[in-house]
Amino acid sequence: MDPRAKLPESEEGTVLFNTDPIVIKDHYEIDYRHSYAQDSPFFAGLARGKLMGSHCQGCGRRYATPRGHCMECGSATTWCELPHEGRVHTYTTCYYGSESFLKETPYTLILVEFTGVDTLFLSRLVGAAPEEVSIGLKVRARFLRNCKFKVTDVYFVSA
Amino acid sequence: MRPVYMISGGITKFVKAQPHKDFRLMVREAYDYALADLPGLTPETIDGSVCSYFSDHFTRQVMAGAMVQDYLGLNPKPSRRVEGGGATGGICFQSAWEAVASGRHEVCLAMGFETMSRVNTWKGNEFIALASDTNFDYPLGGFYTGYYAMMVRRHMHEFGTTVEQMAKVAVKNHGNALHNPFAQSPAMLTVDEVRSAPMVATPLTVLDCCTMSDGAAVAILASEEAASALGGTPVRITGIGSGSDAMRLADRPHSEVLILPHENPEDYEGLRFPGVHSFRGGRMAARSAYRMAGITDPGTDLDFVELHDAFTSSEIQTCEDLGLCRYGEGGSYIDSGASFLPNLNYGLKFSGSEQWRPVPVNPSGGLLACGHPIGATGLMQAVFAFWQLQGSLAKHLGNSMLQLPEPRRGLIHSHAGTGTTITVTIMERV
Repeated sequence: MDPRAKLPESEEGTVLFNTDPIVIKDHYEIDYRHSYAQDSPFFAGLARGKLMGSHCQGCGRRYATPRGHCMECGSATTWCELPHEGRVHTYTTCYYGSESFLKETPYTLILVEFTGVDTLFLSRLVGAAPEEVSIGLKVRARFLRNCKFKVTDVYFVSA
Repeated sequence: MRPVYMISGGITKFVKAQPHKDFRLMVREAYDYALADLPGLTPETIDGSVCSYFSDHFTRQVMAGAMVQDYLGLNPKPSRRVEGGGATGGICFQSAWEAVASGRHEVCLAMGFETMSRVNTWKGNEFIALASDTNFDYPLGGFYTGYYAMMVRRHMHEFGTTVEQMAKVAVKNHGNALHNPFAQSPAMLTVDEVRSAPMVATPLTVLDCCTMSDGAAVAILASEEAASALGGTPVRITGIGSGSDAMRLADRPHSEVLILPHENPEDYEGLRFPGVHSFRGGRMAARSAYRMAGITDPGTDLDFVELHDAFTSSEIQTCEDLGLCRYGEGGSYIDSGASFLPNLNYGLKFSGSEQWRPVPVNPSGGLLACGHPIGATGLMQAVFAFWQLQGSLAKHLGNSMLQLPEPRRGLIHSHAGTGTTITVTIMERV
């Protein structure tokens, strides 16, 4: 045993915002191994320029945003391809946003409705000024060429 | 199930940032307020607690509820944490009700807090947006104001609701809060000021939105036997309801309206429900709570409502969900002045319509003006409703401007994530 044992000192300091009370900067970040699990075929579809939805094998409902099991009857769904053209069901232009998205403001969010599909799809509308957007506007899907395997790989423009 | 009463409550002042107090001390202050308000009530009489806070991210502490429990000196009594987004406080209140109604506890403490100032506002919005689907919603912009903006845009399309009608909600609630010293942002506003404020997400300006807050609130619930032994002026909890809907707005069905007892399916021919314009979970919660409390016409049977107005638009939509007016009438309802306090001057001209009985909505100032420290918010509503029904607002607020004459029955409403989880609770004067 060494009664003169010492912890090593470091040159790192602490960012201090205030002294009464003491408020310090406390950094935190993490990388996840995030699995899309049963939704993976949707993201694989984006890389091939396809929008994949779900078709309930029990009640026949079609979902624009995929889900492995039907929200209404609970049956398993199969994959179905969605049309690339739809209409704006509702919209907003965001001038502020969460920290990660502030640099992208202003951006326009739309919920897209497709003929013959029972639910909607959330996406960005690009190439339209805020005052040019309206409910019912016909829109068309476009896909990033360099796929990121994120839902943002697809976006919409006016059709 | 046996009858349950609220016997005391306490809140801290809600503020933008309270760096001098951590979450434990804030809850302690609200708890001490509640104990001091009912002399018979001591820590020994409390059998256990339920703690509500929304986000481990904001708190930077997992199991913070356990830390509050020991800070209040309540170990080794039972305690648990509940969480349900913006409805966390309402769920906490109902969980404490369940503990007493079931006979598990004679006296149960519901305690909630949020310390949102620990990150900047935009990081805070990011934390909140993590309560939307992180695969399909969050990556598009991760911004709840944007989601609610899309909902009200559709409400405007379906029903002709206007931004000026929404602005009147802000005028009312900030105006009410001028008489509430616990409120974070009391203000005398005009419709023009609300509309000319910075745009956040069209059509919602910054004054259409509530702010982030630090704060805590507690409600103490008891059985009939315990309530009568402890004295004071208990208020009975007569109705409990809750409801849910799909997390993703995109998944919401377009089906038939859930009908309340005073409505007919013919009222809503051709209306697809809930779509993204209405909160089906709120309608479900109201229906269950009304059934339990024996309410057949909420507009007649309720004397006031404290509802979750995180956005001005949410108040208009929620008045419809609760059946204070019919779907589509929320805009005309606010125009009529029925939801304003009759004794206050808001600088507004009302439509003169007498279609609806006056039922003040958010007499406390609501989330818009009181603030929204998420885990505390639903309990804050319970405390204001409790004081309102006790007739003790003058004692707690230092003035009687918000005190209704002889209110018999009030409703509190707590709401999460574009209506994903909603609670409705009915409280009655004994």
